[in-house]
Amino acid sequence: MSGQSLFARLEPLLPRVRRPVQYVGGEGNSIVKPWESATVRWCLMYPDAYEVGLPNQGLQILYEILNEQPDVLAERTYSVWPDLEALLREHDLPQFTVDAHRAVGDFDLLGVSFSTELGYTNLLTALDLAGIPLHAERRRETDPIVVAGGHAAFNPEPIAAFVDAVVLGDGEQAVLGISDVVRAWKAEGAPGGRVELLARLSRRRLVYVPAFFDVSYRADGRIAAVAANREDIPARPSKHTLSDLDSWPYPKAPLVPLAETVHERMSVEIFRGCTRGCRFCQAGMITRPVRERNIETVGAMVDAGLRATGFNEVGLLSLSSADHTEIGRIATGLADRYADSRVSLSLPSTRVDAFNVTLANEFSRNGRRSGLTFAPEGGSERLRKVINKMVSAEDLVRTVSTAYAHGWRQVKLYFMCGLPTETDEDVLEIADLARQVIRAGRAASGQRDIRATVSIGGFVPKPHTPFQWAAQASHELTDARLKLLRDTVRADREIARAVGFRYHDGRPGIIEGLLARGDRRVGAVIERVWREGGRFDGWNEHFSFDRWESACAAELGPLGVSLDWYTTREREEREVLPWDHLDAGLDRDWLWADWQEALRENELDDCRWTPCYDCGVCPTMGTDTQIGPTGRSLLPVVGVSAGVPTGGAMAGVPSAGAAVCGGAEAGAAVAAGDPDSSTVVGSGTPA
Amino acid sequence: MRVRVRFAKRGRLRFLSHRDVARTFERGLRRAQVPMAYSAGFSPHPRISWVGAAPTGAASEAEYVEFALAVAVEPDWLRASLDAALPAGLDVVDAVVATSGGLAERIDASSWRVRLPTVAPADLRAAVAELLSRDEVEVERATKDGRRRFDVRAAVVSAVGRAENDTCAILELVARHTTPAVRPDDVLTALDVVAGLRPSAPPEPTRLEQGRLLGDGTLADPLAPDRNDAGRLVGRSSA
Repeated sequence: MSGQSLFARLEPLLPRVRRPVQYVGGEGNSIVKPWESATVRWCLMYPDAYEVGLPNQGLQILYEILNEQPDVLAERTYSVWPDLEALLREHDLPQFTVDAHRAVGDFDLLGVSFSTELGYTNLLTALDLAGIPLHAERRRETDPIVVAGGHAAFNPEPIAAFVDAVVLGDGEQAVLGISDVVRAWKAEGAPGGRVELLARLSRRRLVYVPAFFDVSYRADGRIAAVAANREDIPARPSKHTLSDLDSWPYPKAPLVPLAETVHERMSVEIFRGCTRGCRFCQAGMITRPVRERNIETVGAMVDAGLRATGFNEVGLLSLSSADHTEIGRIATGLADRYADSRVSLSLPSTRVDAFNVTLANEFSRNGRRSGLTFAPEGGSERLRKVINKMVSAEDLVRTVSTAYAHGWRQVKLYFMCGLPTETDEDVLEIADLARQVIRAGRAASGQRDIRATVSIGGFVPKPHTPFQWAAQASHELTDARLKLLRDTVRADREIARAVGFRYHDGRPGIIEGLLARGDRRVGAVIERVWREGGRFDGWNEHFSFDRWESACAAELGPLGVSLDWYTTREREEREVLPWDHLDAGLDRDWLWADWQEALRENELDDCRWTPCYDCGVCPTMGTDTQIGPTGRSLLPVVGVSAGVPTGGAMAGVPSAGAAVCGGAEAGAAVAAGDPDSSTVVGSGTPA
Repeated sequence: MRVRVRFAKRGRLRFLSHRDVARTFERGLRRAQVPMAYSAGFSPHPRISWVGAAPTGAASEAEYVEFALAVAVEPDWLRASLDAALPAGLDVVDAVVATSGGLAERIDASSWRVRLPTVAPADLRAAVAELLSRDEVEVERATKDGRRRFDVRAAVVSAVGRAENDTCAILELVARHTTPAVRPDDVLTALDVVAGLRPSAPPEPTRLEQGRLLGDGTLADPLAPDRNDAGRLVGRSSA
């Protein structure tokens, strides 16, 4: 029978796998609805291990929004590790949800959120375990509609064969719209089958359906054209943009995992979008325009979320959290409110300036002082102009001095290697910066024991950015430059022991580059890698470059293209890019002009505070920047202490309960409208 | 003020490790707004003392933990609010105000009920008889200090094989707490060593009780002295 729990059959297998708790569900604030109570049933997947997938904000937001609908249910599934995969196959059990342990194949829709391209092989594992044909064209009427979303889905072409539909952009309203269409279609008796359903979803501009578009190629391997093969659908599917984040204060009751996960804290997204214009940053380009949550909503979400979860740490998320127009008052207000409690606050993603140190001081008032992270991204001033990251060495040194003077003893500096136009000298300037930082720290603190960690990621050009045309640096070049840098720092006795290095080899970045800018021909590579055992490609211990390289040779060679062709080749202006038919709101001519400005080492201002520079998003999408200050205040204003009973205090013992009244139910007051998905922290590269 | 709590780890939550249980309790205590006392120092932690946790995968009706509180509360309120704040399956069974003595000193043995699906009761009985006839049975297990060999027999106070039905046996076991701890799976390994008993399905152990081993082989309730002391206190004050 459809929707039955498989737990009785699964349970005997769990003692035989590593960390079985990740498969049992039962998290705080998780939701199980009776199968028969719902007309539209979603299974939401994060295609990575539970410990990575559970904290994902996008998935949690959609899970809550969908379950709020009376006739919709949503459950979650995550990638199972190879030990359980083998047992599921041996015992003929399918991919299951962790909520009610139902078979994924029983649901109407399978929504998969891709934060990174390295989850593609895990999608295939889940489909195969679920008994869903890998190829959309072979799916039966009873199979779920497979919907991809998340940032990586802005170029879904490499997985076009494996998905039925793609949501571009914010998911909150999109999933409700999709649910409406599915509900109506089912009520009519599913006329026209899944093709008709997909056509209705396309016509409503809810999704992009890859099967409704044909791609043709030129003799030299480049794309000739991408064209819709039906006349009743929009020729250019476009992204969803949520307006008025204050109406969508999700997640209201974040999930509280029983198992240990990568983020043991609650997150509140304080704004979405970023117009700083860092040219490498895909998130900053595809999430425009900037839309802030106001101080009142942020305050209420923090309060309600802490009460609902029992977490003792709150992260204020966004692409550049210090840019919120009310961040100073938010920081002070929250620090005041939680001064006597054990709640700690963090601001994960910030820019390099002294203001951030002030904020960090506010946030560490009642707790321990963790490290401070600054991301100059490029080693040299010249390179920072190329990438439009407007930070000078003087800014950095001044900021770091302030931090050390305030008692911080460790800073982390984040850079990228392999950026367009980069030379050995640009990378070696990272060593100079590190030296200046250590000297400044020693001078400001009066101590010799000062440390800085230099963390370096390989740059991967991403679709819908000015660098979408750029040549990716080969992994050999990246590795050689990083070795040169490390040797230089090691040889410098003044700082060798004060500077720690963190970087990974460049090969996974090349595969990420292949998948990020690939076209439909890359799908065969993904499938071959998966058939040869490729799983969990985001994990060093599972990733095999050799497997990807040989699969590329086998599948791409006969077509006259190659791994290098997709990665280290620079594109010309007029080349049809695989994602050109997908509208992220960005004007292609503007992106190209900005790419040319990058090559001329010209910077570009932020449109939040300067006149519009015509990226195209607002007019195309009918949206506008939504920023404060609003003049509202952080509520509730009362303090919260470490622990106060609301009842049961012994007679004769004064109750501290009064300190927390006011605001216990604040979450309900701001609960209204709808939410959205695809929250991302950090910039264009994995931190 | 210190409070002692007995809780159960049931159903699918038996797969929680001790660390998972501890983290979930800390969050539950905050959700329930229990006024915890914190340790002093650079990184203050709520003062929680755990007593011998059941292994990951084992269910339990008798786990114990002690909290230090900053403000006195009614134990019944704490039991009910904490139970409501914890996920179903981590169930608070009892809460008492600590009066005297250490909780850990009142616990030196556990009783277990181990379901053995696919094992014929007669086979289990024969294996148990063989185990009890030995003076010493060594088994090997990977511990956090590497692989260790240790004797199981000395820790076994009593073991009885029963039948749930023809194809499911029940092992009822009382074991002393030793170092390294002898767990139900060690006893099953010992049954394999002495009699070749090898269940083809995973055993399902449940800890039923913990306490001080009495002369008749039963266990004393470790919270009873607190209840009795509290009773006397009330009696004295009303007198």
